[in-house]
Amino acid sequence: MGGAPISGWLRTDGRKGVRNYLLVAYLVECAHHVARAIAAPFGEDGVQLIGFSGCYPSPYAQDMMDALCTHPNVGGVLLVSLGCEEFDRSRLVRTIRESGRPVEVAVIQKLGGTAETVASGRQWVRRALAEIAVTPRAPMTLADLIVGTKCGGSDGTSGITANPAIGAASDLLVDAGGTVMFEETGELFGCERHMADRALTREVAAAILGAMEKAKRHYGTLEHGSFGGGNISGGLSTVEEKSIGAYTKSGTRPIVGLVKPATRPSRPGLHLMDMVSDGPVRWGYPNINDNAEVTEMIACGCHLVLFSTGRGSVVGSAISPVVKVCANPETYRRMRGDMDVDAGRILEGDATIGEVGAEIVDLVARVAAGEPTRSEALGHQEFVLTYKHFEPLGPACFPG
Amino acid sequence: MHQPVIRLSPEDNIAVATRKLPRGSVLGGLYLIAQEEIPLGHKVALRPITEGEAVLKFGVPIGRATRTIMPGELVHVHNIKSDYITNDIDHFEE
Repeated sequence: MGGAPISGWLRTDGRKGVRNYLLVAYLVECAHHVARAIAAPFGEDGVQLIGFSGCYPSPYAQDMMDALCTHPNVGGVLLVSLGCEEFDRSRLVRTIRESGRPVEVAVIQKLGGTAETVASGRQWVRRALAEIAVTPRAPMTLADLIVGTKCGGSDGTSGITANPAIGAASDLLVDAGGTVMFEETGELFGCERHMADRALTREVAAAILGAMEKAKRHYGTLEHGSFGGGNISGGLSTVEEKSIGAYTKSGTRPIVGLVKPATRPSRPGLHLMDMVSDGPVRWGYPNINDNAEVTEMIACGCHLVLFSTGRGSVVGSAISPVVKVCANPETYRRMRGDMDVDAGRILEGDATIGEVGAEIVDLVARVAAGEPTRSEALGHQEFVLTYKHFEPLGPACFPG
Repeated sequence: MHQPVIRLSPEDNIAVATRKLPRGSVLGGLYLIAQEEIPLGHKVALRPITEGEAVLKFGVPIGRATRTIMPGELVHVHNIKSDYITNDIDHFEE
C-alpha cells in the first residue's frame, strides 16, 4: 500500500477534498430543468447537478444541503431558485459563503425566466470554474479520508466475496488512521447484539441498539423490509441472510460511534450511520433506493464510497467517487465496463478476501489521487434527497 | 475447476454454490449429490434439516426450515422462512 501521494484540495476550514467539483443546485423541482440546462455544457469541466425537489420546508433537507454544498470535494456552488419555494436559500448562501467558497443564487422569477437564468447562470459558472481552479493543494494520506461502504443489488455472492473484501479494506483503512462508515440499519436485522458487542463504549452500544429498535419499528409499520425480488432471485432467502452478508462490509474493528445523515464523524475509526427517521413513521420508506443512502453518507463527509454489488448495479454519485466492487463473477464478466474491482475471483479460488481487500485500499488511494472510477468516467452523477426527520445526536455519539 | 461449493463456517448445514451446478453434480465427499440444479450463489443442504430447525450460514441462523430438507436439495424461500420479516414470494422472478 501507499502508492502515489494524494494531493487534495485544501478548503479554508482545513478539510481536504479529493475532487474539486462545482455544483449547480436546484432548490425546488420547478428549478430543476433550468439548473440542468445551466450545467449541461460543462459536463467535462467538473460541474455537477444536485438539488432538492420538495417545496415544503424540511430541516433535514436544509441540513443535508448545507453539508453537501460545503463538502470538501466541492469548490463552489450555484443555487438555482424558482423564487417562491419554501427552502431557506439565504441560510444556505450564508453557510456556503462562510465556508469560503464562491456562491451565487440565480432566482428564475427575478432574472426573467428560463432563457435569461440559463444564460446568466452559465456566465457565472464560467467565472467560478476559473476561480476554483486555483484552489491550493495539500498532501493527504489515508488517515485524512472518510470512506463510506454500501451494498446494492445484493445476491448470494455479495456476502461471501465483495462485502467481506470491503470489510478487509475497512480494517486496513481504520488501521491507517482513516474513518469508515457503514449504514442501513434496516439491513442489519439479526446483527444487533454483535454490533453492540463491538461498540467502543457502553453509550455507543446503547445508541446502536436504540437505532436498531427504531429501524424494526419503522419497517414493521411499513410492513416491508429492505429485501426484494432481485435478492431472492440471486439466492438470498431471508432478510437476516442478507443482513449477515451486508454486515461483513464493516470488517472487524470496534464501532467507535454512531452518526446520522449530515453529521460528521467526530473521530477516526469505524462508524455506523443511522439512516431511519426519528419520531413517528411519517415520510415513507427510509431508503427509497441505494443512492438516497450514498447521498447521506456523502453528507456525513465521505470522500468516496465503496459499493458492492452482486446483481450488477451501475450507479455512481454526485460529489464523491463511487468504487464498485463486483461480488459475482458472472456479473463481472457481463458488466465489467461498470466495475472497478472483481471480487468474484474469491469465489473461483483465484484470490483471497485479504488480497482483494488490499487491492481495494490501493484503488482508494489512486482514486483519491485523481484516478476516475468507472462510474465517474461513464458520467454517473446519481443524487437523491427526500423528506426525513432527525433529532440531534445525543452525547453518546461523541465518545472521547 | 475450482470447488463447487463453499461452506462458510464449520457449523453450517448449508453450502453456497460457486458456479451453476446441474442436477447430479458431486458436491464433495462420496455421497453428496445435487438433487436439483443449484444456481451460482444459492444454497444447498449439506445434511438433513428438519422442519423448524435453524438454517446456519456463517455459523449464524438465517431462518428456519418450513419442511424437512434433504442433503443436496436447494435451500431457498420455498423451504425456509425468516424469523424477522415474511418473504414476499410474489417477487420471486424465476
